[in-house]
Order: sequence, then structure tokens, then C-alpha cells
Amino acid sequence: MFRWDIFWHFLPSGFFLEAAWTTLWISAACQFFGVIIGLLLALMRMSRFPFLTWPARAYIWFFRGSPLLVQVLLLWDGLPKVIHNPAALLPAYAVVLVAFSCNEGAYMAEIVRAGITSVDPGQMEAAKSLGMRFPLAMRRIILPQAARFIIPPLGNEFNNMLKNTSIASVIGLAELTYTAQVFGSPTFSTFELLLVATVYYLLMTTLWGYVQNWIENRLDPDRTTKRDLYEKKGWTARMLGFGGEARGTGTLVSGH
Amino acid sequence: MDERQANKEEMVRAEKIVKRFGHLTVLNGIDLSVRRGQVVVIIGPSGSGKTTLLRCINHLEKIDDGRIYIEGELLGYRIVNGHPVEDREANIARIRSQIGFVFQRFNLFPHMTALENVMEAPVHVLHQPVAEVRERAIALLEKVGLADKASAYPHKLSGGQQQRVAIARALAMNPKLMLFDEATSALDPELVGEVLKVMRQLAEEGMTMVVVTHEMGFAREVADHVIFMDKAVIVEQGPPEQIFDYAENERTRSFLRMVL
Repeated sequence: MFRWDIFWHFLPSGFFLEAAWTTLWISAACQFFGVIIGLLLALMRMSRFPFLTWPARAYIWFFRGSPLLVQVLLLWDGLPKVIHNPAALLPAYAVVLVAFSCNEGAYMAEIVRAGITSVDPGQMEAAKSLGMRFPLAMRRIILPQAARFIIPPLGNEFNNMLKNTSIASVIGLAELTYTAQVFGSPTFSTFELLLVATVYYLLMTTLWGYVQNWIENRLDPDRTTKRDLYEKKGWTARMLGFGGEARGTGTLVSGH
Repeated sequence: MDERQANKEEMVRAEKIVKRFGHLTVLNGIDLSVRRGQVVVIIGPSGSGKTTLLRCINHLEKIDDGRIYIEGELLGYRIVNGHPVEDREANIARIRSQIGFVFQRFNLFPHMTALENVMEAPVHVLHQPVAEVRERAIALLEKVGLADKASAYPHKLSGGQQQRVAIARALAMNPKLMLFDEATSALDPELVGEVLKVMRQLAEEGMTMVVVTHEMGFAREVADHVIFMDKAVIVEQGPPEQIFDYAENERTRSFLRMVL
């Protein structure tokens, strides 16, 4: 039977708070590096030089084409075997950081590329006509506008990342899922503790949802005053014919 | 007059420009010369190549043959062993920074206010001090009649206002030459006048301008030299009175009959 006392005992415990913190910082770090790698790959893929586009294509092909779990295990077990050196055995968190960042980079590359191609080419021409060179135009003109298209799927990616870090439990990283299993197995209360972990996962993804909304609103160049929002018809109202003003809708759906 | 001085007086010199898109030849051996302070207006039916010609003068389009010189300096290419090869980006950017370009679709930066649009290039391309640029940018917005819109984002402005901000943005670089690509074609009819007024004022101040337009009244009034293009070539050119009242070529006459 389900032991609520165990659930309540472990919910506010230091073990799980620490595990949640591990999940959070590993996810944030991997997402951060993923964005950087993705940005580089996207620019490489869009380059006119084949010696840049082909490595980027191959990278994305490999990391999107094979399971994350396999990539983690390859780096964990496979690498020390390949180079015949036990010293190559990386600590679990390092393996997770490298594997997840590289994997995320492949997905972010496609997201960033889509974001960049969504920007009106006239913007690049305007930047060039003012004497801007490519890197400056990218940094000041194109990427800030691409960010609007990138943030919503990026938020999705980070939501996934928070949960996918549970894969790290198979190599013994003490994040939420691993902690639930470790404390649960000896006392036959895995189910109770997995529920505790679920609460923490839900807490983090929900909070992230609010943060994402805030970022999206910040990036909206049509960002309007509260009064404007009340006057403006929402996306649902325009598209489906019901619902009211545009309150609380995200960037992409707020219409012009 | 030595050659260099001649070059200085000649702002733009285009020799036998050829531009193809695939199998389509859009510019077929265009020669063009724009002197300092001159206002050259290019007219012609759509698809005649006039916009492409203007974009070539800013190297927004690469050319397949011919040469373009800006103040005697070869644009977009450098000669290696007698053949033109694509110039370094830094060089192209430097020449472009001296040429203002006004687009049909304005192309203001939507994530920046009107003032930030105007300040962007002087601050980040020319690295001029922010305070100084801000002062000049405000003066320029005043000049185009938009001092009160300095902190407005482009989507809050009408088309005519956006185009005037775009002109101020180009002027902020202190260009030697301004190129206008159908600057009023995307505007509601009642907004055309305010943009033409700014362009007319610029011409009166002695700005060197190349203007592609369908506004024949403006062409007649402001142009020093009118070029009529059709089917990738210059059909006829001369002072506005000659083109508008005594055109020799039948194609010019039939085009003008249709638009006037």
C-alpha cells in the first residue's frame, strides 16, 4: 500500500532538495552550452564554405540520429575502452555535461537556423547598406530579431532538458530520479519517492513556464502597455472567433 | 584637370554593367555617370532593371561584367592579374558606409526605437561618441519632421514616418551619395508627399542622389538628369525637359503616355 508518511517525510528532505538542485544546475549548464554549440553549428551550416557546412551537418546527423542514452553510455563506458586508459573514466557529472550539451547543441542548431531564416532578408541588406560587416550585423540586427523565434522552442527544449536529465541516473549521478531509486529500493518505497521526484519536476517545469513567458514578453518588439493588450484582439479571437483580448498570450501569437 | 580630380568630381561611374539572374539578363551593358551634387532619376517599366542597377551601385548585387567606381575607387572587386575578384568584406563595408540606401520596404530595425535606428550605425560602425551621435540623430529626426517620434518603435509609425526615419538613418552616416529605391512605392497615396518633400529638400541642399521612382512629377521637378530604362538597357537619357517633352525614342514616349 502507498505510504503517505514516507512521501511527506522525504518531500521536504535535504536529500531531495540537493537532488533537485543537481537536476537544475546540470540542466541549466547543458542548455547553456547547448545554445552556444547550436549557435556555432547554425552559423556553420549557413556558411557558404563546404568545409564548414559539412562538419556541422555530420554533427547534427549523428547527435539527432542516435539516442541520448546511447550517447551517454558511449562516453561513460566506451571512451575508457577506446583509449585503453582507466584515467579516461570521467566523473558522472562530466559525462552528463558533455553528452547532454553536445546532444542539445544539435537540436539548438536547427532551432537557431530556423530563427535566423525567419528574419526578413531586408534586415541584413539594411545593415550592410549602413556599412556593417557580417558579424556586427548578426550580433546587433539579426540575432536579436531571431531571438523572438528562438525563445519559444528553446523554452520547450529546456523543459525537456529538466526531465531528460533523469537519464543521468543510469550512470549514478545523484539527480532526482537516481535519488528516488536509491532511497526507495532498500525500503520498497520507490513509488512514493518517485512521486516526490515528480513533485520537484513539476515545480521546476512550472516555474520555468513563468520565466519563459516573461522572457518572451520582454523580447516582443510589439510589447505594449496593459491598455493596449485589452484593446487588442487575441489570437484565438482572430483565428477561431471566440475568446477575448490578447492577455497572457505568448510572443508569436499576439498578432500585430 | 588631372585624372584623380576628374574622379573626385565623378561620384559614380558605371561601365558596361552586365547582371544576370540565371538565364535572364537584367542589366545588359549599362553605362552611368553621376557627378557630385547631381540628382539622377531612373524611370522605366517594372522589370526594366532599374532597381537592380541601383542595388549594384551599393554592391547589394554582384555584377557579372563591367566595372563600378565610387569616387574613382573600384567597388566590390579588386583586380588580380587583370581579373576582377570579390573584394574584402571590410573594403566593401567601408565604401557602403559612405553611401546611403533607402529601401522600398523601409527595412527599419523593428527591435529599436526611431532614435536607436538612426544612432545604430554611427555608434557601432563609425565608433563615434554616443552623446555626439545622439545630438545629431535628434537633429536629423527634427529635419525629417519626426522629433516627437524619437522613442517610438517602427510598428507604431505610419509608412511615411517609417520611410522618413529610414532616410534619417541613412543621413546619420554623412553619406556622399544617397540611393533611393522606389522610396514611395509602398506608401499609401496620402503619405507619398511627406517623403518626397524630404527628398526634395535633400536635393536642394546639394546631396548627390540616384533615385529610382514612379513619381514623374518629382522626376521632372527635381532631376538634373533623367534615365529611361527598358528591357535591361538605357533607352534614352537627358535633362528632364528633353525626356518628358521631347522624347526621341518611341518606347520612352509610349511609357510616358501610360504613366503621365
